[in-house]
Order: sequence, then structure tokens, then C-alpha cells
Amino acid sequence: MVGIINFGAYIPKYRLGADTIGWHSNQERSVANFDEDTVTMAVAAGYECIKGFDRGQIDGLIFASTTPPYSEKQCAAIVAEALDLNENLFTSDVTDVLKCGTTALRSAFDAISAGSCGLMLVIISDSRQGPPRSETERNSGDGAVGFLLGSHNVIAEYEGFYSVTKNLLDNWRSNGDPFVRTWEDRFAIEEGLENVLNDATSAYLLKYNMKPSDFARVALYAPDGRRHTSLAKGMGFDDNQIEPPLFGFLGNIGAAFAPMLLAKALESRVEGERLLVASYGDGSDILGFKMTQDTKLSRDLLGVTGYLESKEILESYETYAKWRSVWDVDDGSRRPDPQSPSAIALWRESDKNIKLYGSKCNSCGYIQYPMQSICVNCQSRDDYLSVRFSDQQGNIFTYSMDYIAGSVDVPLVITVVNFDDGGRILCMMTDREIGKVHIGMRVQMSFRKLRVVNGIHNYYWKSIPIRGVANAGN
Amino acid sequence: MRGIKDRVAIVGMGCSNFGERWESSAADLMVEAGYEAYADAGLEAKDIQAAWLGTVSSFRTGQPLAEALKLDYIPITRVENACATATDAFRNACYAVAAGIYDIVLAVGVEKLKDSGFSGLAIPEAPGADVAPPTPPPSQFAMAATRYFHQYDIPYDKGKLTLAEIATKNHHNGTLNPKAHFQREITTDQVVNAPMIAWPLGLFDCCGVSDGAAAAIITTPEIAKGLRKDYVLVKGLGLSVGAFGVLRDDWDFTHFPETVKASQAAYEESGILNPRQDIDLAMVHDCFTITELIIYEDLGFSGRGKASDDVHSGSFTLEGDLPVNTDGGLKCFGHPVGASGIRMIYEVYKQLQGKAEGRQLKKADVGLTHNLGGRPGSFTCSVAIFGSAE
Repeated sequence: MVGIINFGAYIPKYRLGADTIGWHSNQERSVANFDEDTVTMAVAAGYECIKGFDRGQIDGLIFASTTPPYSEKQCAAIVAEALDLNENLFTSDVTDVLKCGTTALRSAFDAISAGSCGLMLVIISDSRQGPPRSETERNSGDGAVGFLLGSHNVIAEYEGFYSVTKNLLDNWRSNGDPFVRTWEDRFAIEEGLENVLNDATSAYLLKYNMKPSDFARVALYAPDGRRHTSLAKGMGFDDNQIEPPLFGFLGNIGAAFAPMLLAKALESRVEGERLLVASYGDGSDILGFKMTQDTKLSRDLLGVTGYLESKEILESYETYAKWRSVWDVDDGSRRPDPQSPSAIALWRESDKNIKLYGSKCNSCGYIQYPMQSICVNCQSRDDYLSVRFSDQQGNIFTYSMDYIAGSVDVPLVITVVNFDDGGRILCMMTDREIGKVHIGMRVQMSFRKLRVVNGIHNYYWKSIPIRGVANAGN
Repeated sequence: MRGIKDRVAIVGMGCSNFGERWESSAADLMVEAGYEAYADAGLEAKDIQAAWLGTVSSFRTGQPLAEALKLDYIPITRVENACATATDAFRNACYAVAAGIYDIVLAVGVEKLKDSGFSGLAIPEAPGADVAPPTPPPSQFAMAATRYFHQYDIPYDKGKLTLAEIATKNHHNGTLNPKAHFQREITTDQVVNAPMIAWPLGLFDCCGVSDGAAAAIITTPEIAKGLRKDYVLVKGLGLSVGAFGVLRDDWDFTHFPETVKASQAAYEESGILNPRQDIDLAMVHDCFTITELIIYEDLGFSGRGKASDDVHSGSFTLEGDLPVNTDGGLKCFGHPVGASGIRMIYEVYKQLQGKAEGRQLKKADVGLTHNLGGRPGSFTCSVAIFGSAE
């Protein structure tokens, strides 16, 4: 039986909201921090997704996004390395269209059904940007969601699919454009969204001889809350079947929107219930699922709910504008321009920088980061096991807050973190509230983008306060 | 192992004015310091048999020193060892004389930092993955301060005040020194309330970034006797290079093993048993106020966690029992990185000769200099000890 084995969400910590100066809206939306992009969010969702599973068994990874950082260069490869997956891995980036998330899911189910892959990870991550003060900016959000798919121990069986393709310009963004463009919405909604989704859903129901009432939940794409309700009702679903679209909390997270609603729906279900997912973009993919067991959000998984609750409201729109480079920040007077990272050094050091490997000495047991040829404690040579720190937690041993380091994130917090099982790293801290940083603070590691130089997106790990409801005080 | 004690002597020194020397090139600064040293020693360029040039980023080789001073095809070696650069150039020069290879040699340290147009240090790095956190020196030493306050349970306000006392002391000393970069007193209120650079360190917790050069002429004690009565003897030279700090999760960030090791070596070589009593003055690497506080403990001047008490009681002021940074220190004299070590030796040399003018100490027979280059966890530290001629 092919289906969903697990899911994991990631929603950035920050929100634009009623208390944000200059936002002029009561609607909250999620906002990726200045050092986050679709790759870093995908890594975070991926870690949630594979928590407790043997990552060595994963033999396929699809990254889906309309906003990948690279136009040429695979993002799935970066995500796979940061997740420390095996190298004998089938990878693919599925991009360019709002429905790419469900396209990736359907492709993965096809691969598993065909026996070409056994255990696959599909991660959908999006961070679409509208022009300043536009409706797109107001309604959009940033986030990522991942699914672990396979043919054993599934919580939800993949029951069916129906796809349509319609060539239509309602949302588009050309090479080099920072902002999504949209056509006048009466045409886009009526001729595009409503017709396409109604037709695709009806065709699915006809294909499998089902009716709207067969579904406990429908995870449906729509560009705003009002359209979402009218669309779902027009398709024959009533209020208690509609998975709430999270407008006003999360925003339209693009390709990850319908999949995120699916993940939310999966958090708490009863065996036998059916779920329908309907995406949109140059057509639609309809995917159907049937629960094979009861589900309840486990303690160690934040889920969509946990990430929605773990948040900080941005103080001002100006901060957001700087993060998204809408507001240019000139720090050139303080430091020389950074030079391009060396592709050779990036390649050579990927275990250290991307997998965040340290070492544990086989002779004396001393744990150190990064990996050392000669043990810092007993001087044994090349006799160690790799230790992965990316999913470890620790305490802040000491820190500083740099007001002149020329970052958009002033002050730049530098932390020395002692990991719980031994080992120490000196790294930047992000997603932090200045008044709350203290020695002994609990932290976890988060994959972030340091900077873009020479078109190279340079990623590394930073410490963050532990995300989650129990740690809301962080 | 014979060691360096009493085997080489300084017979001439020069030091340029430190500061924002817009009008002067690095070569001009070397001429200024070098010709003061010649005049002081009563020697000329033709007497110099070999030279060592210390610079971190102003030059790549020793050749610019030959060009500036028109040295006559003699061997010159460029030395770079972070903030210990000048002292290490001096150290290598001493060893060449002690080895009997040369009779009279020159050590010059120079740095031209202010041409970069950037505040702070702007030294290009080799190509790499470039993932290391941006941690300019203030941020690095701030982490030591954060931990020091925590470890000794020092409330923030009290800790800031202790650091401010160090800054005001060094500024006061600098006002008595016409060559110092800054020429004014500051108050502890100013220090505590200054704009934050890297919390908990504010603007006045950080040393100046300056242009400058300093030079020393080194020879054998026998030759020195023929040149002047008040030559100064080198008693000990310690150098310690660390690498383990941040790799070890049990290192405390509140003591710097490199200073401990380098000073132990220099104390042993020079026969110092009780540094607090045996040393009359010390020029230490106060790149930040917290650094000077920790150095007091690492050099054995104060007990662990007790340096604050000694600061409050005035032990390290010009009137104290062990005056530290009598010339203003890096804080006020300024810090042209590759020149600072020899600048420190210059002050010890003048104090030991009784020529330190308004800041002259009553008793100055044994002096120490200390440089700390790099970052907490992986320093290059030099400690040198000097004594008056008999």
C-alpha cells in the first residue's frame, strides 16, 4: 500500500501582524527571516519529517518550489546533503508552477508504485514576494512542508489522482523579476481558479465514483480567504469538511499551500477518513488519501499547529523590507565587500559545513567540532567517528552582540554552544530576541543562508532558541 | 639550553607618533622610527648588518624596509604573527645576534591601517568556504567578557565600571605621552555610556586603530657598552601559540593559556619568581579593556577572579605598585598592529633609562611587554622581559 508515512512542517518564526508598525493590516502572515530561503526552510521541514526514521533508507528526494534560490543548480542536492541523506539518491527539483508541490507528490507516488524508489521525501517550500503594499504581499506567506512517502507503515493511503493542464496567465514571474505579477482577478478567478478546480474535482469524483461527502477534509488552494470558502462550497463541501486555509495566520504559501493544509489535516484523523487535496497553477492536481490509522500529533513533532503557535510579531514593516531587499541596506562603509567563496573549499568542507559533522575520537572519546585529523585531546591521528551536530541541542556557554558587524540583523549575536553530548561550536545565532539571550539558554541548530556572493548561495548552520510551545518563553 | 638572558642589548630605539597619519605613508613612518633609533644609538644605516620587518598587512616582504631606509643589500626578513608581529620580529633579531651571526641588527614594526577607509581592521583573507561567523575582534573579546562576568558573578553594571577604570587609566597615561594617538582624559561615565560596539564592550572599551612604526637596534652587550651606558638588556622572550581553545568544550573563555605559557617561559628564562613583586612595569595587550583585566590574572599579577579588586585599589596606575600601560597602551597610544610590540618595548626602554618624562616611574629596573594576537582560543602570545644595564 503506497501512501504517506510521516509529515513535517516548517513555518518561520516571524509574522507581520496587527502590532507591526507600517503593516496596516490585522491579517498575520509568516515571513522568512533575512537568512532563510526555500532551501533552508526545506531543510527544517525535512528534519521534522524524518525525525525518528532511518534516513539511510531514503532513496528519493524531490524539492518543489516556485522560488528556488538557483535558476541552474539543483536545490534538492543541497537539501539532501544538509539532511545527511545517502548519496545513492534520486533527486529532482520541481519548479515554476504553483501546483509543483502536488506534481512532486504525484511523481513520487508514481515512482514508489512503479518500484523505482522505496522511501521518498518530498519537500515543498515557497517564499513568493509581491510588490510592496500589494495584495499579493498582504496575502502571501512563507513556509515549507515535507512528506515521507513509501509503501510500508503508511498513515494515509494514496487512493487516487486526477490532473488537468490549462495554459493561462493569471500569476507569473519572469527571469529576474523579484515580484509575482497577476492579471485582473475577475478573469483570473472565474476563468482560471474556479473553472479549473471545479472541473478537476468533478472529474476526480467521477473517476473514482465518489461524492463530496465521502471526504472528511479537503485541502484546497485559493489566493485568499473569501475565495477559499466560496470555492469549496461551490464544489459541494460544507464548513466542517474544509480544512481552514490559515489566512490571517500563515498566508498563502504558494506551492506549499495545499500540501501544508494536508499536513495540518493529517495531525488528527480517524482511521478510514478520506482527504482530498486540490492544488492550482496552469491546471490542477487532485490527490486523494484514506487514513489507515488514527493520528494524533506526537510530542516531539511540532507539526503545523506547533509552528503556527511558535511566533514573534515583527516590530516594523521596515525590518521586513530590509530582509526582502526591498529596502537597500548599505553596510559597505564598515567592511570591504566579501569575496566569492571558493567552490573547491565548499566542496572539500561539505561534511563540516553542510552536514555539520564533528568527530569523536576512537582512542579517548573526546568530541570536537569540526572533525580533526589529530585529536585535540589525545593527539591520535585520523582515528575517529563522525558525529552529526545538526540535530543536536545544547546550551549557550558564552555570547556577544555585535552592533557594527554590518548585518541587517543588528546586533549580530555570536554564540559559543556546548552540545548536550559533548562538543562545542562557535556560530551565529538567529531568530533570537535580544533581551532573552543568556548564558545557559537552550538552543538547536538551524540551516541558514549566510550571504550570496558571485551568485553562490552560501549556507551554514546557526544556533536558534528551541522552537516550540513548551519553549515559547525563549 | 642557554636562553637569551643578558646575551643581547638594545642600544637605540625609535617610535613614530601614532594616530591617523593621513600625510604619511608606511615608508615615511619607518623612516621616522628608524632615524630616531639611529640617532639614539649613534649609528647609521651602514652599521646595520641584517633586519627584520614586522607588518601584518602593509607589506608582503622585507623589501620595503630596504627601500625606505636605503639599506645596502643586507638580509631582511618579513615577520607576520598577528598582534605579536613586532615582538616576534624583535625576537628573531635578538636570536640572530645571540647566535653570533650578526653584531648589529635592526627590528622594525610598521602598520598603515587608516588608508583602508574602513573602521576596525580590514585584512583580506585567503579564499575559503567563507562560512566562519563574522567575528571581528570586539565580538571575540566580548564573549570573554560575557563569560568572565558570569563566572565570577559580577553584575553587568559593576563589570562595566571595572572595565571603565582600565580605560580611564590608560587614557590618563596617554595624555602624558606626546606620541600617543589620543590626547585626552576620559571619565568612567563616558566609558560606561558609550555606544555599544560588541556587547558588553562599548566604544571606549576598544583600542584605537592607528598608523605607526617603531624600531629597535639590537647588539651584543659588549658592543652596547661601547655605545652607551644606559643600554637595556633582554632578559627573557616567551612565545606561545595556541590552537585548542574553541575545539575544547571545557575551556572556560576566562583565561588565555597562551599568556600563561608565554609568561612562564619568559619568567623562567629571566629568573623572575614573583612577577607581581619582581616586575616594575608592564606594557600589556589591552586591545580591549576585558583583555587587560584577564591579562592581569594570566601574567600572575592578580589571583584568579581577583583582578577587579586590584583595579579598584589602583595597583596598576602610575602610582600603583605595578604600573601597567604607562604610555597609554593600545587603548590610547593606538594600535598599528605590526608596530605595537616594539612600541611597548620603546616605553619600557625609556622608563628603564629614566627618560619617560611626565610619566617616569620612580623605580623602573625590570619591565615586561606582552602581545596577544589572534582570537580567544587560538592566540599567538609574546612576552618579553627587559632589565637595566648594570
